[in-house]
Amino acid sequence: MAMNYNAKDEVDGGPPGAPGGTTKTRRPDNTAFKQQRLPAWQPFLTAGTVLPTFFIIGLIFIPIGIGIFVTSNNIREIEIDYTGIEPSSPCNKCLSPVSTPCICTINFTLEKSFEGNVFMYYGLSNFYQNHRRYVKSRDDSQLNGDRSALLNPSKECEPYRRNEDKPIAPCGAIANSMFNDTLELFLVANESDPTLTLIPLKRKGIAWWTDKNVKFRNPPGTESLKERFKDTTNPVNWLKPVYELDPEDEDNNGFINEDFIVWMRTAALPTFRKLYRLIERKNDLHPTLPAGRYYLNITYNYPVHSFDGRKRMILSTVSWMGGKNPFLGIAYITIGSISFLLGVVLLVINHKYRNSNNTADITI
Amino acid sequence: MGANDVSMIKAAHIGVGISGQEGMQAMLNSDFAFSQFCYLQRLLLVHGRWSYNRMCKFLSYFFYKNFVFTLVHFWYAFFNGFSAQAVYDTWFITCYNLIYTSLPVLGLSLFEQDVNETWSLHFPELYIPGQHNLYFNKKEFVKCLIHGIYSSFVLFFVPMGTIYNSERSDGKDISDIQTFCLIVQTSLIWMVTVQIALKTTYWTMISHFFIWGSLGFYFCILFFLYSDGLCLMFPSIFQFLGVARNTMNQSQIWLSLILSVILCVIPAFGYQFLQPLVWPVNVDKVFDRINHCKTRPPQVRVRTKLKHPSLRRSAYAFSHKQGFGALITSGKTTKTKPNKKNSFPVKK
Repeated sequence: MAMNYNAKDEVDGGPPGAPGGTTKTRRPDNTAFKQQRLPAWQPFLTAGTVLPTFFIIGLIFIPIGIGIFVTSNNIREIEIDYTGIEPSSPCNKCLSPVSTPCICTINFTLEKSFEGNVFMYYGLSNFYQNHRRYVKSRDDSQLNGDRSALLNPSKECEPYRRNEDKPIAPCGAIANSMFNDTLELFLVANESDPTLTLIPLKRKGIAWWTDKNVKFRNPPGTESLKERFKDTTNPVNWLKPVYELDPEDEDNNGFINEDFIVWMRTAALPTFRKLYRLIERKNDLHPTLPAGRYYLNITYNYPVHSFDGRKRMILSTVSWMGGKNPFLGIAYITIGSISFLLGVVLLVINHKYRNSNNTADITI
Repeated sequence: MGANDVSMIKAAHIGVGISGQEGMQAMLNSDFAFSQFCYLQRLLLVHGRWSYNRMCKFLSYFFYKNFVFTLVHFWYAFFNGFSAQAVYDTWFITCYNLIYTSLPVLGLSLFEQDVNETWSLHFPELYIPGQHNLYFNKKEFVKCLIHGIYSSFVLFFVPMGTIYNSERSDGKDISDIQTFCLIVQTSLIWMVTVQIALKTTYWTMISHFFIWGSLGFYFCILFFLYSDGLCLMFPSIFQFLGVARNTMNQSQIWLSLILSVILCVIPAFGYQFLQPLVWPVNVDKVFDRINHCKTRPPQVRVRTKLKHPSLRRSAYAFSHKQGFGALITSGKTTKTKPNKKNSFPVKK
């Protein structure tokens, strides 16, 4: 039933309470937060902010792109494919080897000398190290030296988990498919003098420091490495067990062998390269790899032609931005130019439409 | 309002109840309730409009960031033998929507305002986009999808081009899958952060804290998840030991990140500038006028005179019951401020 309107009750904003009692007000606090009046910066996209942005992006990106491109062009690199598919290739005989191991030699010439540290890589193509089942197929606990995981590898390693009733160390498909070609480099002195100089290749210092010192560890113990790995067996496709990967150097044997560590760092794309050896710069003024003829001696163990894979050897110098990769340089130059062009186009459009808007606009 | 209005309130899309003399029933059944009829103006023009704005921005951004996140795997499928290998660390997939991008979106949908309340009340035309469903419809969704597809394309191919047959500055490997995951992840977080920074037009301290704080938090969690301690405790679960340390000091990674972010943002930026200029809707003209007024020094606004000023003092009110005379003649139910339009269009 309607009651007489009482002006007093309006203060509450709600139904009138019991006469004589104090009614709590339900009005929210008049603070900046609750009334949504917080101090704020309200930017607005005007021509004065957008157009300079496009021009600045163009002006910054183009020099950066040119710098990167020039740096990349100054890096020396040479790739030698030694799969041996063509019948004329020296390594063709290794596709179906008569005797194992099959050794072949490829000649190549360096037009310009390589200065500074030179890095030797092996590259594979059409090799899907990024396949999901392949990437999962490892046991990081075992590779970290955990004794229980050594004797009982993880289920992810199936079917490369046990062989002849013994656990495989290291287990998994990644370890099983480890690259095992051997590459050697010889310099031919000159045309008249056919003596070959062996180029010294450094086999340590090729893996990441964190991989070598933290992630990969041999099983603990004071006895010899062979003893620590007893009751395990080597992977199915390996010729020798893991504790014989480098018998001369304890620090490069077993799970912490750097070639093994480099292989276990699976690649992201089907065409990839992995660091194989270092050729350190000489202290004197001679270039590390002088221009001239070279022989590449390959012990061809790793079969790739069954899945149309390719193998190659790459020699490369590096710079502050890594190896020879013109992509970033070209991309920066392209995007910088497009941005500058867009700035000009937007300037023209803005001029045209702003003028027509001003004449048609009626201010109140 | 009375008890017989309850069915009307329930049937409406939004039922508004005015609390008053006829009991609590209408109020309890309504979506919104307040004490005076005049508050309806604020409800619609200020709060309703802001709410619509916030919802639309939230939806389009949320769809966009998840499209970018997911569609990268489409491009990667061509390069991993269609084996469904993820481009991200599994922990990143878990934390992406939960931790890294939740707070900025929350800030956007709580605090966003395109114009403040004074301008909202002054220009009721700003309410029209809500009535015509302009800010989030099928066309906007498709735009969101296309932007997401383009961003995912950039997000995949720029890092791929960077690491393809490349090395670190000390010659060691950079083209492994863990480094690639890290680059794509970090580029993605930067990309969606810049995108939400572009969408936010009302930057309170809280917005700054949420947006830049989430970005910083991502880097903290990144270094924590890839640290020695955690990875050595659970080697099979935390497998990315040392990746952050070894990758973040490479300049080509940062160059690729900057490139992918700029490449993604330029189309959105350009479109946001171009659209009100070349294809303006009515609201854009209003915004233009508001900004024009904001940047000019405040002056007394010349109001157009109403055609029949003599009608301003007249008002009729009907009541079905005795007892409301005092309320009506007190003048509290009529406002003296004339609006440009006498009434705003009724929603169909």
